[in-house]
Amino acid sequence: MLRFVLSRLLQAIPVIFIVITATFFLVRAAPGGPFDAEKVVLPEVKRALEAQYRLDLPLHEQYFAYLKDLAQGELGPSFKYPGRSVNEILFSGLPVTAELGLYALLIALLIGVTAGVFASLKPNTRQDYIPMSLAMIGICMPSFLLGPLLVLVFGIYLEWLPISGWGAIPGDKILPSITLGAAYAAYVARLSRAGMLEILSQDYIRTARAKGLPEWMVVAKHALRGGLIPVVAFLGPAFAGLLAGSFVVETIFQIPGLGRFYVQAAFNRDYTMILGTTVFLSSLIVLFNLMSDVAAAWLNPRLRSQISGGGK
Amino acid sequence: MAIVCVIVRPCRATEWPDTHINNLCKTGMESVIDRQSSRLLPKTLLILLSTSLMLGCGGGESNVVSGNRDGILHYGNGAEPQGLDPHVVTGVPENHLIRALFEGLAVKNPITLEPEPGVAERWEFTDEGRVITFHLNPDAKWSNGEQVTASDYVWSWNRALHPETGNLYAYMLYPVANAEAYSKGEITDFGEVGVKALDDTTLEVTLNTPTPYFIQLMDHYSTFAVHPETLLKFGKMTDRFTPWTRVGNIVSNGAFVLTDWALNRHIKMAKSDLYWDRDKVSLNGVVFYPTENVVSEERMFRVEQLHYTQVAPLDKIPVYRELADTPYVQAPYLGTYYYLVNTDRPPVDNVKVRQALSMAVDRDKLVRSVLQHTAVPAYSITPPDTLGYYPPQVFSYDPDKARALLAEAGYPDGEGWPGLEIIYNTQEAHRKIAVAIQQMWKSELNVDITIANQEWKVYLNSVSQRDFQVARRGWIGDYVDANNFLDLFITDGGNNNTGYSDPVYDDLILQKAPRAQTREERYALFTQAETMLMEQMPIIPIYTYTSKHLVHPSVEGIYPNLMDSLNLKYVTLHPGRSLPEGLR
Repeated sequence: MLRFVLSRLLQAIPVIFIVITATFFLVRAAPGGPFDAEKVVLPEVKRALEAQYRLDLPLHEQYFAYLKDLAQGELGPSFKYPGRSVNEILFSGLPVTAELGLYALLIALLIGVTAGVFASLKPNTRQDYIPMSLAMIGICMPSFLLGPLLVLVFGIYLEWLPISGWGAIPGDKILPSITLGAAYAAYVARLSRAGMLEILSQDYIRTARAKGLPEWMVVAKHALRGGLIPVVAFLGPAFAGLLAGSFVVETIFQIPGLGRFYVQAAFNRDYTMILGTTVFLSSLIVLFNLMSDVAAAWLNPRLRSQISGGGK
Repeated sequence: MAIVCVIVRPCRATEWPDTHINNLCKTGMESVIDRQSSRLLPKTLLILLSTSLMLGCGGGESNVVSGNRDGILHYGNGAEPQGLDPHVVTGVPENHLIRALFEGLAVKNPITLEPEPGVAERWEFTDEGRVITFHLNPDAKWSNGEQVTASDYVWSWNRALHPETGNLYAYMLYPVANAEAYSKGEITDFGEVGVKALDDTTLEVTLNTPTPYFIQLMDHYSTFAVHPETLLKFGKMTDRFTPWTRVGNIVSNGAFVLTDWALNRHIKMAKSDLYWDRDKVSLNGVVFYPTENVVSEERMFRVEQLHYTQVAPLDKIPVYRELADTPYVQAPYLGTYYYLVNTDRPPVDNVKVRQALSMAVDRDKLVRSVLQHTAVPAYSITPPDTLGYYPPQVFSYDPDKARALLAEAGYPDGEGWPGLEIIYNTQEAHRKIAVAIQQMWKSELNVDITIANQEWKVYLNSVSQRDFQVARRGWIGDYVDANNFLDLFITDGGNNNTGYSDPVYDDLILQKAPRAQTREERYALFTQAETMLMEQMPIIPIYTYTSKHLVHPSVEGIYPNLMDSLNLKYVTLHPGRSLPEGLR
């Protein structure tokens, strides 16, 4: 198992390296620069700024200088926010985005697994169709629609919940978490239904039922573990996706997370910020993929023995 | 299940004191933790439950209610500022923050916009307006108690102009003798620049030529003084990246001091005890919120989380207008929306084509339909009533004359028209206007127009490289003076972008107008220049901007003006007033 993890980590290094290199040169290839503004920047000012940000060096030298800084964990100063380093901005936004992502994921799991399992117990009946249709709607409904809808109902008409901010007013975390989690809940529901259906038709489930176990025990003890493998495999990319994709929700609810910086950085040609967030998020995605692979392997006896076998 | 319970429970607890809510929250949390120790619940469910409990407790009173009681203004500031260093950052949100924290030599009267004393209690002009002597108020203090001195200004202007600082607004000080040469690195001795501290409270500024609007520039943050010792504590004079503006480090001289800065959440300020005019300051503090999303900002206003919004969503404006005692405030703004025309590219290299296009735009209709009356039709570049200056109207909406001009140019009824492209930066509002104008030109002149959107930086690149035929453009004035708009079109001006060049025009703007003896004489020269400009039509003016705010009825002292300039020192809060009934 350790060897499996190590080899996957080693594979991750070239992946991240390619991401850095591609991003570095792609953002430079984009037209316009960080100092272009509606009011023209005087040439002498532009020169001074470029010197302060090392943009006056040849591109390959900038690239190696960036790699050198990166190796020391330095992501450089932000172009858009002078006086703040990219590290500082990332770490101010990360806890918020991670917290939001975590709540969204928990909501997704709680609703999704419940609905999926529930549906799989009586396939092709109303008990299946209703939650699955809802899930389909959930997948189709974009967060920029669901968010304002929830705000309208719970924030404006009913006045039950705050509609913006994060941690400033009690209750302001509920609506964004639900908005972000809803689409993922739908995916989880469909995945867990499919997984459960496959497992429930297995022989060992028939055996368990034949033993006279009550249905809830068959489901909870025997079926769930295998049935949720697709969900677990989905969790890693899902959490990474939640972190990287929380931009819309963060904007709707004025949440001080990473997502807003990430997208704004691209528009602003904030080179260091684009690179910093990309490197950071791609590392996270690699890491979460690895974690979900490990978890899936642990849940799946066949895969587990393969890996351990290879390791010996 | 936990989530469902929380949602169903009403979270409005306005009548409960804060401590009660806190206790409730605490009890909820503790009971969850107890349960955790007995391992009754699966871990996931537990985390979820505890979170939702934390989340679910009470709503508390609104910001407006608590703010009115405590004298705290809750201010929607548009966006997270780049920073607070007056010589480094640029932008409207930054302007609001910096002008609350710092004060210039002179400030603007919030109603008339005429200069009035700031750090300088008075100033006088000598040598026919070429030399200005500022007499600093001896009571003007830095927030650490030190006096604001004339030499602080000399040091700060050195920083603002120094080539290594990279100050985008360095040109604000170019009227000062030798400032431009110093800023461009042509001279390196700051002693040659026309600013001297005669003593602690006397600052003498020598200008290249008389510059009537120079006093106004003293309210622009790029000319503000910073506290030299504070900056030097964190780095060199010209450093851009030091943390000197952070809470606890920053030393400022304005009506408010910085108390909290949570990135992308809020910036809090408290009334300064050392500000010279503190008796006039009514607010105890201000909280600035980054409100990038216009729709969310309006919602925050509606639930009384904000006293003041930076803008109002266009589609909501008609609804707000209907309200009795509407909180919606609209005022003309010192900015013009126009189309740049590349005078070197056919078919718009022909002045008759440019005139025809401009005359075929029905600006009244555009303002009425697309813009919901949130703009003023413009027929010239300078906004009307720019400190008493009204631009000439050289032409009007005249489709017949436009057709005749187009025929004279060789395209009768659009025959032989080679096509024309309008570019704009990707934004729905610009697209709507471009589509409307495209249709007007098609129906009045029978010419085919294509419209193309470009991502912001791509668009900026196209404009500066002059890679366009017609491009959407907006210009917001930095100071209230027609010069700020008219000097855009001097030969090879950095923001000219049209190829327009006329030595007579250059002479009027650069030589004659600055030497005019009276305001009337100067404005007459501007009128002459602007008439020339609009006859050549290197730009097609479309509308004058307006400022659009939602202001809570409890707020007084925010006066609508052309600069959308707000001096927080005059703002007062009056508890007990609430939003009009129709808003809920």
